[in-house]
Order: sequence, then structure tokens, then C-alpha cells
Amino acid sequence: MSQEFSPKIITFACNWCAYSAADLAGVSRFQYPPTMRIIRVMCSGRINPNFVLKAFQGGADGVLVAG
Amino acid sequence: MITFKLNGKDVQAEEGEFILQVADKYGAGIPTLCHHKALEPAGMCRLCTVELFDGRRTRFVTACNYPIWAGMEVNTDSEAVHQVRRLIVELLFARCPDVPVIKELAAGYNIEEPRFKKKDDDCILCGLCVRICEKMGNSAITLTGRGVDIKVDTPFHEQTDICMACGACASVCPTGHIKLEDITKHVVKPIPSEYDMGLKGRKPIYVPYAQAIPNKPAIDRSKCVHFKTGGCKICTEFCGVNAIDHSQEDETVELNVGAIILAPGFQPFNPKQYETYGYSAYPNVVTSMEFERILSATGPYQGHLQRPSDGEAPDKIAWLQCVGSRDINRCDHSYCSSVCCMYAIKEAVIAKEHAEHDLDAAVFFMDIRTYGKDFERYYNRAKNEQGVRFIRSRIHSISEDSDTHDLILQYADEEGTLNEEVFEMVVLSVGLETPKALVEMAHGMEIELDEDAFVRTGTFTPVETSKKGVYVCGAFQEPKDIPYSVMEASAAACDAKAILSSARGSLVKDKAYPKEIDVSSQKPRIGVFVCNCGTNIGGIVDVPQVAEYTRSLPGVTYVEENLFTCSQDTQDNMKEIIEHEGLNRVIVAACTPRTHEALFQETLRDAGLNKYLFEMANIRNQCSWVHSKEKEEATDKSKDLIRMAVARAQLIQPLPQPTISVDKKALVIGGGISGMTSTLGLADQGFHTYLIEESDRLGGNAINLIETWRGDRIADSLKEMVLKTEEHPLIEVHTKSTIKDATGFVGNFETTISHEGADTTFKHGAVVIAVGAREHKPTEYLYGENDSVLTSLELDKALKNEDKKVTNGKNTVFVQCVGSRDSERPYCSKVCCTHSIKSALELKEMNPDMDIYILYRDIRTYGQREELYREARRQGVIFIRYSLDRKPEVEQEGSVLSVIIRDYILGRDIRIEADLIVLASAIVPRDNESLARLYKLPLNEDGFFMEAHAKLRPVEFATEGIFLAGIAHYPKPIEESIAQAKAAASRASVVLSKEQLTVEGAVSHVNEIMCRGCGKCVEACPFNAIELVEKEDDKSAAYVQEALCKGCGSCAVACPTGAASIFHFDDQEVLAMVEAALN
Repeated sequence: MSQEFSPKIITFACNWCAYSAADLAGVSRFQYPPTMRIIRVMCSGRINPNFVLKAFQGGADGVLVAG
Repeated sequence: MITFKLNGKDVQAEEGEFILQVADKYGAGIPTLCHHKALEPAGMCRLCTVELFDGRRTRFVTACNYPIWAGMEVNTDSEAVHQVRRLIVELLFARCPDVPVIKELAAGYNIEEPRFKKKDDDCILCGLCVRICEKMGNSAITLTGRGVDIKVDTPFHEQTDICMACGACASVCPTGHIKLEDITKHVVKPIPSEYDMGLKGRKPIYVPYAQAIPNKPAIDRSKCVHFKTGGCKICTEFCGVNAIDHSQEDETVELNVGAIILAPGFQPFNPKQYETYGYSAYPNVVTSMEFERILSATGPYQGHLQRPSDGEAPDKIAWLQCVGSRDINRCDHSYCSSVCCMYAIKEAVIAKEHAEHDLDAAVFFMDIRTYGKDFERYYNRAKNEQGVRFIRSRIHSISEDSDTHDLILQYADEEGTLNEEVFEMVVLSVGLETPKALVEMAHGMEIELDEDAFVRTGTFTPVETSKKGVYVCGAFQEPKDIPYSVMEASAAACDAKAILSSARGSLVKDKAYPKEIDVSSQKPRIGVFVCNCGTNIGGIVDVPQVAEYTRSLPGVTYVEENLFTCSQDTQDNMKEIIEHEGLNRVIVAACTPRTHEALFQETLRDAGLNKYLFEMANIRNQCSWVHSKEKEEATDKSKDLIRMAVARAQLIQPLPQPTISVDKKALVIGGGISGMTSTLGLADQGFHTYLIEESDRLGGNAINLIETWRGDRIADSLKEMVLKTEEHPLIEVHTKSTIKDATGFVGNFETTISHEGADTTFKHGAVVIAVGAREHKPTEYLYGENDSVLTSLELDKALKNEDKKVTNGKNTVFVQCVGSRDSERPYCSKVCCTHSIKSALELKEMNPDMDIYILYRDIRTYGQREELYREARRQGVIFIRYSLDRKPEVEQEGSVLSVIIRDYILGRDIRIEADLIVLASAIVPRDNESLARLYKLPLNEDGFFMEAHAKLRPVEFATEGIFLAGIAHYPKPIEESIAQAKAAASRASVVLSKEQLTVEGAVSHVNEIMCRGCGKCVEACPFNAIELVEKEDDKSAAYVQEALCKGCGSCAVACPTGAASIFHFDDQEVLAMVEAALN
């Protein structure tokens, strides 16, 4: 295990808060690791538990539901 | 039409055309050095030699000046042609062995060394320069001499003043032989680009800047050669659509209007008159506007931080504040320009971000005036996190090291020590002033200006000029920043709309969209536009690589890169591409859909596509900006984000957009100055308005205030305003009332108020929140323990009552920033400096013998309030600065109250015995939580309501139909509150003036057959948008009211049968992105 662990993270972000917060992080030039992929949804209430399971099934190392 | 054979194929062309033209048209490129589309061909370079067969024999002719005729046979590519051309190139190469273009030609024919004797000329005597100079209508040069001595020259071999230095000759010379400096007597310099502040040149025909509207080139009459000599007109030869008309004249257009709004802006102060700063002499002293261009991706250095003298990246930059502001010695600008502190901090922060290595940024200032919303936080961050140095000193002069062009500053620090520092660049933070032309315009329009040449307005009429029906907004009224200018702009619109209300809508033309194309039976044809966003994306993400990758994705039929995808010209282009390429899905990989989705969707609609066939990949805010140091990873992530968007785009479907009616009434919460102003603004425009006030009377905080900083008696204006509000036929005032419940959405709100236990519900289409704020009750400086320690508002009350204790004292001490700008409340309360100084002047007037001390951290008398500060010092008010880590102390010994403060100049503590201590206490928000919850509105960290966009949407909430005004937004003086309240009324009237509103199509829906009526979705819906409806067979099914649905999708998750789902974000669409992300 010489390679550094680089996790694949799927984030479900609410359009109204977490997604705009992620935008604001950009405007503020906050830096974070480039291993996260954000999927915009209209509300975190939209996240079906099935989405999370599918993400893990597809090989995600972590799932973040932000809203 | 003439038909002839070109390289064995029949071609057609018009009579009078030459072989070269026709060959170009048919893609048979013929090399040439002396041909120019706009000039008569001369056949000088002979390079365009081709083979001509006239039916009997073959010969060689020059293609550029040989006219075509029917039946001829031309060969441009035969062995014989190449042999001749090779010889010509060899001869040219022998004459000009060092000219790159000729070397390249020679290399093309594998000529390493010419067989002829080499010369070292760089002119091939093609005469292009001479011909173009003649075309310019000038003939300053000609071919002189004979035989081997022939050359391009001026009369008598001397520089000539006939030459206008237009540069046409040099621009067409194929070899670079022509040097304009050898020909002309005039100084050769580029036309300075106005947009780039002269740091870059431009042409006489130019588009002022990339996002200019209209995005069309203009001809600068003062620089265009045609308008000097009557010649040239070359542009008309190149314009494919005959759009250029040199005979156009300026015309006077007369318009009949009912109101005029003046928004002409300002000009930046020209620092040339500050001789000791050497702005004209030292290349590395630039103005802040020039520095903005230097930092800009579209600027002279493409956004790379470099200095003008040598293009090197500077390691140390200084900003000098108050250049052309707060200065009556070197310019007549006593006022503060209000915006420079903030922009200088912003420039310093951005410069540090742009710099490839550690940049030392130092701001030299007198007072830092970061009084706007969230400005103080930005200042603190710049100072504490980004390491921008702030040095309190006004620099007297700049000197230059003439070898390095570095700049030397001498300054005294706060301890009085003299320092010398060398900077590689100095930015002058220039102030704002009214240009002379505007002063003349104002005189012509008979509009009164004040002593600083700004339009005179009143505190209670902040956008009205002295002439009825003429309104003003922005920096022409007083220097101000963007949010305040935007507020005033809407306020001016509000006032204009009030007087024009009877004519509203009479000239409106509905925008017509083309009929929507039915794409339901089409396979996805996806077009992807990848934006560079200047260098915001392109500087980090490898955009060409991303675009190339995107081409390989399934369903993608078109990919393009743009400098700015959002610019108007790209939108026009996108529309054409959608039509031309038959695209039925469009993806823009750029910034965030939160700000730009609507713009691109509009373009789709213009191209006949449903707006829901659009998708964005956020490769700026969520990629290049947050991974700016990891370029490769950011490129990979961009590819992933686009792949995810493409996966989703395969599945998205067009959606209908239903309409709903609008209840043309408004409800304003808060009966202070802001609330009343909004109410009157709406009612004057003809909208019935409910005004809800918690207390028993209208007036709010203003009831306790005496005078504005301009000296207007507040009570009189307030009384008039209350009377107008109460008597207006369209206004219903409800005092002693609180908001109990609120439901609904834009155009159709229902608000229930509670008045002494009784509830009433109002229906209305818009809401204005103007609940105000309150004064902080201090917990320090013996406040509440000693009667002689008052807050600012308490002082106003005492002055109103002519309290002798207040007016007869010998010593009065004001303490600024009590509860503001500290760790608990890291914001500036904006009004306190002005209020304390104004009160000090009033006390001085009542009791000239009184000694007054103002203990401050920075004096923030921004704009023309600076004059009050100057007056206070003139009258002997003593200002002593303190810092947060060494706050003043108040002590009481017996009946003697005293203040102890460190004096920086003396370097020791001093004790002031005070009869009265006034605490300039912070403005703090009310308990806004419950109101925010009812209308689902956001509050910022400090508890003030948060607007939709800090700069561009300062009076709107992100929730449609709800607006914001006054100090519930942020502390501000009366005139700004009024401007904001009028702006809120103006924005609300945009909603109320519509007959109907369009509802978003991305809403939920229930499949009635699959629904078993369990009601889980009804429970899950936070917007009460779903209800159970009885069906004929005694069963019930869920029904979605689309206008109430916000498309959150909670119902789809709650539904056990899969009957409820959400358009545009259904399970498949989301899961396709999950899958694509993990591929």
C-alpha cells in the first residue's frame, strides 16, 4: 500500500443551501481535495436511501448528503 | 458567369475576377506575397505564377492580375508551376536570406542555399506598402531609383510629415522591412484603449470591450484614415454583409418622456496633479483602475500580475489611499470617495491570489472605511489570514530608482518612526469625481449640484433632483458602491413609476419565442459549450483537453470552447449552432446554475428548445476555484463533471410551464421609515398595501432621532410621512399587530396577523420585510451603573428634552465602536461615527466652552459626511484613536467619572474627567428568527436578513415575491434606508404589475393508477402542495398543486409505491449521474 488512499466521494447537495455553499466556497477560494463529485438535487429530502446504496454499490468510498 | 477549367475541374466565376480570387474560392490556394484583397493586383512578387492553356499553347501567368475568360484551362499545382515557383523563391531567398517568411518558403522547396549571390536585404520590392499608402489617400512613400538601386523611400530620403503614421504600410509589409519610425515625422504610438486604461492599444475600428452591448464594432471617426483623407475604406471590402456606411451622420433623436433618470456615473480622479507621486513619470505607479485591468483576464497582460516597466512579476506592491479624496490641498475634493478602502483591500487580496509566489501587499491609509455589509469581515480576513499589511500613514511623495524603476516610499509609522521601503509597484487608490461634461449637462438641464459637483438631493427624497420628474442614482449623486447604486437605481425607477403609473404597460411588447420544437422522437443530440471564464477556468483546467474528451462522450454531437460562454455574442452564436447542428440538449460547462442557468435557458427558448433541455457542469465554483493548485486533478474532475452532465442530459425531457394569477396587493411588515416608504411607494404606484406594525404607532427608531447629518429635522418629515401613510386611500395600517402565520408563494401569499388576540388573514402578491433593528445595550464602560453614561439614542432623547445635565457639562467623551467591530459583532454599525460627530457639533453649538473628546478606532464619515469630520476638528473637537486590544477604561471615584486612554502620539495613558460619556452603541438585529421561519428567509451570521445577492440583488430575497428594506438588512442611515425601501417597492411592483406568473415545470406529479391514497406524500410535503382527492370508486389519490410545489422531491422519497415522482430530477436522472461519476 505505497499509494496514498484517495477516496471517491459522492455528494448530494441541496440546490438551495449546500450547493450554493459549495459555490460560495469557490467564490471564497477555499481549497479542498479534488476527490468529491457533487450531484445537485432540489432538496436533501429528495435523497432516496436507494441513491446512497447505489453509490456504494458503484464503488464510492463515501457518500455525503448535504442540505 | 464564366466557366473554365481549374486543375482539370470545371469552375464558375464572375467576369472581371482574377484567377487567384477564383482559385481561393475553390480551395486551390496559390502562394503570394504582394496580393491584398482591397488593392489593385500588381503581379510584383511573381509567386502566384500558374500555368495557362489557351487551347493552342501553354504559358505562365501571374494569377493575381490575370482576368479569367471562358474556356481557359488553369493549372496551379503542376510540376512545371512548382519549378517556376521554386526558382522565384530561390531568387527571393538570395535577396532576403534572413526574412522568416521567405526562409519558410525556401524550406518548403527544400532550398538550403540559393545558387545565386546572397544579399542581406529585407525588401522584396513588392510595392504593397506603396500601393496601400496610395489607397490611404496619402502617397507618402514611393518606389524610387532605377534598376538595382530601386527602393521604397520618402521624398528626399527624409522623414516626412505627410505620413499620418497610420501604420497601413507596416501592417501589410510581408517581410517586416517597413519601419514606420523611418518614414514619419510624427510620434508613432498605438491608439490607447479606453477600456484598458491605455495599457494596451486598439484599432480605429473596435469593439469597446468583450461584453459590450450592442456587441458591434464602432469606427472611431477621430482616428479613421478615411475621415482624414477620404481614402482607405478597406473595411468595406472585408465586411461580408455591407454593414459599413461611412456616410452616416450623427443624428438628433427627440423622445417624449414623462420622467428622466440620470445614471451617468463618475470618472476616476486623474492623479497627474499629485506631482510628488510621479504618476506621469514613473511607469510602475498606476491607478487602481489600471490595476483592475492588469488583474483582469481580458486585460493587457491576460490576468498575469506584472508591472508595466519591464513585464516582471512584482514581489512588493503598495496601495496609497485617498488620492483625490479627503484632500483640499492638492485637489478640491474634501469628500471621501466611499469605495476606495474596500476596492484596495479587494485588489490586494486578488493580487496575492494571482501572484505565483508570496506577494507583499501593503495598504497605506488614514482610516479604513469598511462600513458596508460583510466588509469588516473581508478586511479582517485580508489582514489576519491573507497577510495584507495595513499601515496608517499618508504618503507624501514617491521617488523612483531610475535603473530598476522600483519605487521608494518614506513614511512615519504610528510610533512616529521614519521608515523607508522599496516597492516594485505602487497603486494609487484614486477617488471618484463628476466629469466636467456632466456638470455642464446638469447646468443645461437646470439641475442643482452641490459644492462637490454631485446632484443635490434630500435625505427624505434621496433620488429626486431639484427638477420635478428628473431623478438621479449612483455616483452622480455621491460616491457610492455597487449595492447602494443598484438600490438607488430601483428607487429612481420607483419614483418614476409613481408619476407614470397611469401609463404603465401601454408601450409593452410581449417577447415572442419561436414555436417549441418537438424533440420527443429524436435521439439526444447534445451540444457542450466549455467556458474558459477568462482565466478563471482556463488558467487552471486544461480546457482544450476537456473539450477533446467531451467529443468522445455518447450522444455528444457538438463541442466548443468559449472565452466567456455567457457573453452576448456567444449567446447569439449558441442560438445559431443549436439551429444549425440540430441540437436537442445543451450543456454548458462553466460556472454555477444558481447564477447562470436562466440566461442559457433563455437562449434555448430563443432557439426553439424547451428550457428544461439544458444542463450545466459546474467546473468553476466547484472545480477550478477550489482546486487552483491541483491543475491535473481539476482537469480530470472537469471531465467527470461533464461526463455526469452528459449522462443526465440523455434522460432529461421537455416540461410544460403552467401559469398562475397574481393578487395585486402587497403587505409590508414594519412601520418605521423604511416600511412606510415601501408602503407609500407601492400605493403611489396604484397597489393596495397592508402595513403591519408591532407597536402602537408608526415611526420606528426615527421617533427618537433629532437631525440627519445634513441637518434636516427628522420629526417634521416623519410627521408628514406618517400622515401621508395613514391618509392614503390604498393603504391599510394595522398597528399593535404581529405576524402569526404565512403561507403561499409569489403572487399568492396569505398572511395571518394577530391584533389584540384577534386574527385576520390577508391575501397579497408580494411581501416587504422592513422590521428594522435596535440599539445594543452596552455591558461595559459603567453603562447602567452611572447616569452620566448614555448611548447615542439616549443622548438624542436628552437633547430633545434639553436636559441641562447633558448641555451644561464641561467635558464630554464619546466612545466609538461600543459593541461593533469586535469578536462578538464583527461588523461596523455604519452610522455611529457620523452620529457622534454630528452630536458633538450640536453640543458645541449649545455650549461652545465644552471640551469634547471622541475616542475612535477609524473615523468612518464616508462620502460627504467627511465635511462634518473636518468641521468638528475645526471647532476643536479632540479625536483620540484607540485599538481593540487597548480599549479605553471608565472609572468612577466618588462622583468623579473619568476615562483613561492610551494616546498614541504622546505614547502614554491620559485621563479625562468626564461629565458625560456617550457610547456609540452598535445597531443589533431584532429577534428575526420566527419571521424568518414563517416566510422561509435566511439570516446571516449576525442575525440580519440576507439578500439574494450582496451586490446585484440587494433588496430581494432568493424566495420570489419577498423583498427587504432598511436596517433589518444592515445598519444604514435614513437616506439609504429610504432608497432601499423605494427599491423594494419598485421590485415588488414588478411582480404585482403582472397579470399572471409562470410556474416552474420541475415539479412533482403523482401517477394516479399507481397511487393507493396512503397519504405519505401529503405528510412529507413541506409546502402543503399535495392533497388527497376522493375518486369515484370511493378510493382517494394524491393530487399535486403545481403552483405550490417547489420541486423538492420529498414526496417521491416518501411514496412507497413509486407513484410520486419529480420532473427533471427523477430517480433515473439522478442515478445516471451517480453511475457516471463512479465510472
